[in-house]
Amino acid sequence: MAVFANGILFEGVDTSDPNCWKIEAYQARGGYQALKKILTEGISQDDVIAELKTSSLRGRGGAGFPTGLKWSFMPRSFPGDKYVVCNTDEGEPGTFKDRDILRFNPHALIEGMIIAGYAMGAARGYNYIHGEIFAEYERFEEALDEARRAGFLGQNILGSTFSYELFAHHGYGAYICGEETALLESLEGKKGQPRFKPPFPASFGLYGKPTTINNTETFASVPYIITQGGQKFLELGKPNNGGTKLFSVSGHVNRPGNYEIPLGTPFAELLEMAGGMRGGKKLKAVIPGGSSAPVLPGDIMMQCTMDYDSIAKAGSMLGSGAVIVMNEDVCMVRALERLAYFYHEESCGQCTPCREGTGWLYRVIHRILNGEGRPEDLELLDSVGNNMAGRTICALADAAVFPVRSFTKHFRHEFEHLIEHKTPLVNHKWC
Amino acid sequence: MLEIEIDGKKLTVPQGSTIMDAAHSVGTYIPHFCYHKKLSIAANCRMCLVEVEKAPKPLPACATPVTDGMRVHTHSDLAVKAQQGVMEFLLINHPLDCPICDQGGECQLQDIAVGYGGGSSRYQEEKRSVPGKDMGPLVSAEEMSRCIHCTRCVRFTEEIGGFQEIGMANRGEFSEILPFLGKTVDSEISGNVIDLCPVGALTSKPFRYSARSWELSRRKSVAPHDGLGSNLIVQVYNHKVMRVLPLENEAINECWLSDRDRFSYEALNSDARLTRPMIKHDGKWHETDWQTALDYVVKGLTGVSAQHGKDAIGVLAGAGATTEELYLLQKLARAFGVNNIDHRLRQRDFAADEGQTGALWLGSTIAEMASANAVLVVGSTQRHEQPLLAARLRQAVKKGAELNLIHVADDELLTRVNAKLIVAPQALADGLAQVLKAVAELKGASANLDLSGVTVYDEARRIAESLVRAETASVVLGSVAQHSPVFSQLLAIGGEIARLSGAHFGVFSEAANSVGAQFVGALPRRGFAGAAVTAGLNAAEMIAAPRKAYVLWGVEPEADCHDGQAAVAAMKAAETVIAFTAFKGDGLLDYADVLLPTAPFTETAGSFVNMEGKLQTFNGVVRPLGETRPGWKVLRVLGNLLSLQGFEQNTVEDVRAEFVGPFGDGAAKLSNAVSGVALDKPAVTGLVRVGEVPMYHVDAIVRRAPSLQATVHAKAPVASANPAVLAAAGLADGELAVVRQGACEVRVPVKADAGLPEGVLRLAAAHPATVGLGGLFDPIELKRG
Repeated sequence: MAVFANGILFEGVDTSDPNCWKIEAYQARGGYQALKKILTEGISQDDVIAELKTSSLRGRGGAGFPTGLKWSFMPRSFPGDKYVVCNTDEGEPGTFKDRDILRFNPHALIEGMIIAGYAMGAARGYNYIHGEIFAEYERFEEALDEARRAGFLGQNILGSTFSYELFAHHGYGAYICGEETALLESLEGKKGQPRFKPPFPASFGLYGKPTTINNTETFASVPYIITQGGQKFLELGKPNNGGTKLFSVSGHVNRPGNYEIPLGTPFAELLEMAGGMRGGKKLKAVIPGGSSAPVLPGDIMMQCTMDYDSIAKAGSMLGSGAVIVMNEDVCMVRALERLAYFYHEESCGQCTPCREGTGWLYRVIHRILNGEGRPEDLELLDSVGNNMAGRTICALADAAVFPVRSFTKHFRHEFEHLIEHKTPLVNHKWC
Repeated sequence: MLEIEIDGKKLTVPQGSTIMDAAHSVGTYIPHFCYHKKLSIAANCRMCLVEVEKAPKPLPACATPVTDGMRVHTHSDLAVKAQQGVMEFLLINHPLDCPICDQGGECQLQDIAVGYGGGSSRYQEEKRSVPGKDMGPLVSAEEMSRCIHCTRCVRFTEEIGGFQEIGMANRGEFSEILPFLGKTVDSEISGNVIDLCPVGALTSKPFRYSARSWELSRRKSVAPHDGLGSNLIVQVYNHKVMRVLPLENEAINECWLSDRDRFSYEALNSDARLTRPMIKHDGKWHETDWQTALDYVVKGLTGVSAQHGKDAIGVLAGAGATTEELYLLQKLARAFGVNNIDHRLRQRDFAADEGQTGALWLGSTIAEMASANAVLVVGSTQRHEQPLLAARLRQAVKKGAELNLIHVADDELLTRVNAKLIVAPQALADGLAQVLKAVAELKGASANLDLSGVTVYDEARRIAESLVRAETASVVLGSVAQHSPVFSQLLAIGGEIARLSGAHFGVFSEAANSVGAQFVGALPRRGFAGAAVTAGLNAAEMIAAPRKAYVLWGVEPEADCHDGQAAVAAMKAAETVIAFTAFKGDGLLDYADVLLPTAPFTETAGSFVNMEGKLQTFNGVVRPLGETRPGWKVLRVLGNLLSLQGFEQNTVEDVRAEFVGPFGDGAAKLSNAVSGVALDKPAVTGLVRVGEVPMYHVDAIVRRAPSLQATVHAKAPVASANPAVLAAAGLADGELAVVRQGACEVRVPVKADAGLPEGVLRLAAAHPATVGLGGLFDPIELKRG
């Protein structure tokens, strides 16, 4: 169930209307006005990028890289093919925001990607969609057909000299394909494994051509910035953290779902929107940015506002905006074991430290949970983690280590108790 | 140039270097597994992590480009900790089976573990177990639990082999290196993955569990199966060749070896070896001693010459013999008065003989050919004839060279081809003449050949344009061209193309010593170093007009001659056939009278001259088997027994000294120039055979190497033809057909291949299944079986 407030991504979208995603509904909401504005008013590529820079829009996929800056890296004068790629390979545990964009407002993404193609001089775009949301992939294909029929895609869009094709591609559910270079490999038909960087995709991307990859939510925010202006978008959030952001709230709250709120909104407000803690239980911990983000104890979290800088200051990351709320009945050892299993399962196997380390971490945590922990295990986890983080081609190893470090830091007593007494301190309750 | 510092050493390196390159240049060793200088950079093993000042984390030396002023520490605390961390990860799932592992003692993981590994493991859970894989008869992938996923093998098959045959399936800890399901690894250079594998995951199937690496001595040698002259390390235990490895020589074989050169050694230890001289009495073979056997030879030769004259004797030599042997053999023949000597046993067209002045060769160095901007290969089944050169050309194409072809079949070369003409064998000359005519037009020059009857088609023009626009170009004739009925015309036309376009022109030498054999005068019309001699009969003439006596030096006529059927008939009709051989082949046992066990390349000192004219000497690496004797010694003694002058040599160096002096100036004796050849399109009616010699049937050694014989490349040949040809014969793909040449009929399945020109039937020669057939490029009949 999705709930939205103060939205721009979902402005005017009636999610209860089964036709809300269609092009007519989108256009009735003012859709494709940004594209028309650019093409009829002849707004230059530089001006589009400048507007994005003004908006201070930051990448919504997790890394939070300034989008305007990223677009300006693209060698626009490069002769030959250039590509715009959208990363809808939403596989981070806890994250389910991009799925709702495809489900309820796919044309916002399409329009954003067309504008991106225009701004960066690309004639072709791809949207790589996670393999486990097949219904949304099919809906996106339908939306693409609508856009083609309406003349927003294809040759000489809206009578201009700008031509652009956009295609959807669905993966097969591998988490690693959300890493942008693994995504490119997969899109090329190869095994999804991250590439060594440099070279970066901006110079050597899809099929070796300059490529810009952004998250679904990032692209979908672009039309608003063009029609309403970057300044207005920025003012929705706070300096350096422009605009609104979708947060996928899950866990022990009364109303889990997607919430679109201005960046800088206090976490307490978001929790309130999500109906507060289920059953009136106490807030124990929050993972504020998807499974790779370090966990924060509830009391620290309650002091934070939901934006890149505040969460970073508290020692975690805003990441993809997946807010996993845990109550007092959660055994943190069990929670970490589950996360460690995920990374063990999803490591691509390319780099030694990640291939071997993710399994090792999982096995140690697993034996602690099963009462077979050893006194030296916490030190071992720390040491193995240190040998993994920052030692690999992509950040999956780091992502696997962050939860281990933060869980054993903030909730060390639970691990120590289990190792010493062979029984958990908190009797985990599934609810 | 960039100035950097590695471990305090200041150095300058060119732009684009990696830290690994820079470290190598100053002799600093950085441990690594996945990095290999000939393969793309994967940066996945993470063993080469080093500290770079101002970088927040250790960086992989293999993949990190050097920047100006960079300061690198390969042995700092951070670097060593990172390396030790990776080592620990590599070992946690690696089985502790070093004592029974073939790689033990030559294992990179073992070596680096000594430097960077801990004494015991902190990992106490169960280790991963990975099921073994079947990669075919050459590469063993039985112990895949040992794999450390460096992906060198994967990258090799894709990048050097040209076709990905090995991949890494699954994810993470469950990753496995495997061939395609149900497929084996069939690359003609597959064995290199054994060398590349840093652990004992991929090992040599024929060598497995037969010796420990430290028990083996390493001896240098030269590969005997093609004209490349790959450098070898032959590993020996207890006077037995245990395995063969490449000896790195960037100019020739780089660090690679073809499977043919790597696995042929098995034949040297096989039961098929002739270990004692044998004489046939009353239709039965009797082992004897050398004295008796040589007396028999002397008696045979003097008897035949007394009765029928010297011209009744023919000498056929294999071009896989050493230069010393071939030199003494021609010297002996000529001193005895026999002028009929030849080594070009599969050649059919000798029209250029008279106008030829030097030894046919590549026309440039191998490296020059591989770095040319455009290459035209004429009549070569490259991947089978010259596996490593095909791979090298593939690399050249990747670097931007244009590869052009004129060939009798449109085979998959696993590389990009700029332009190609696919024609019947007798039309090869017309194809090349088209290119010549187009080159002449483009250059505004005229050729010294009458091209009036030649029509230039588009593809030929594209080839010509490619050759003309290239800064450096090479035109090369392969074995098919050399065996074709238009070889001399191809030589003449190729020479003209070279003259007009500035391209190098030459031939891919078929055998290890094709150049050496020509140089020392194992030829009917040119003696040692090109000396004028009384003309004798060439190989084809000696068969066409049967002799009373034949001397076979390392030859099995049924498989080594252009027309095996006629050759065998000639042998059977002769009064005596004297065979110097390392193997007791069924054919020889049938028609020879005396078999003399002469040493293969591993059991004698000698030399080969490769296609670029380079003389490479080698010593015997093992004791001759049984009563086997080095060929040069046998010839020296035979010379004495025949009371001939000039057979006083005491050492192989004495023999070599006689030809190596003149050879020092060998470049002048190498020449592809011909004169007096006119263009003439042979009229052909009916089907013509395309009879290539399969890769693992080229000589007596490979024909007896069991593992090579177990590969797909040694399977019984099928007859392939254009679908139209099959339809005309009322045959469908896969049906059994009868093919006939002369008196021999063979039943073979047919295969439709639209890549073949009309009017040809492609059926490999030298294989037991086809050995009774006739000429390689002669007419052939095809009908329903």
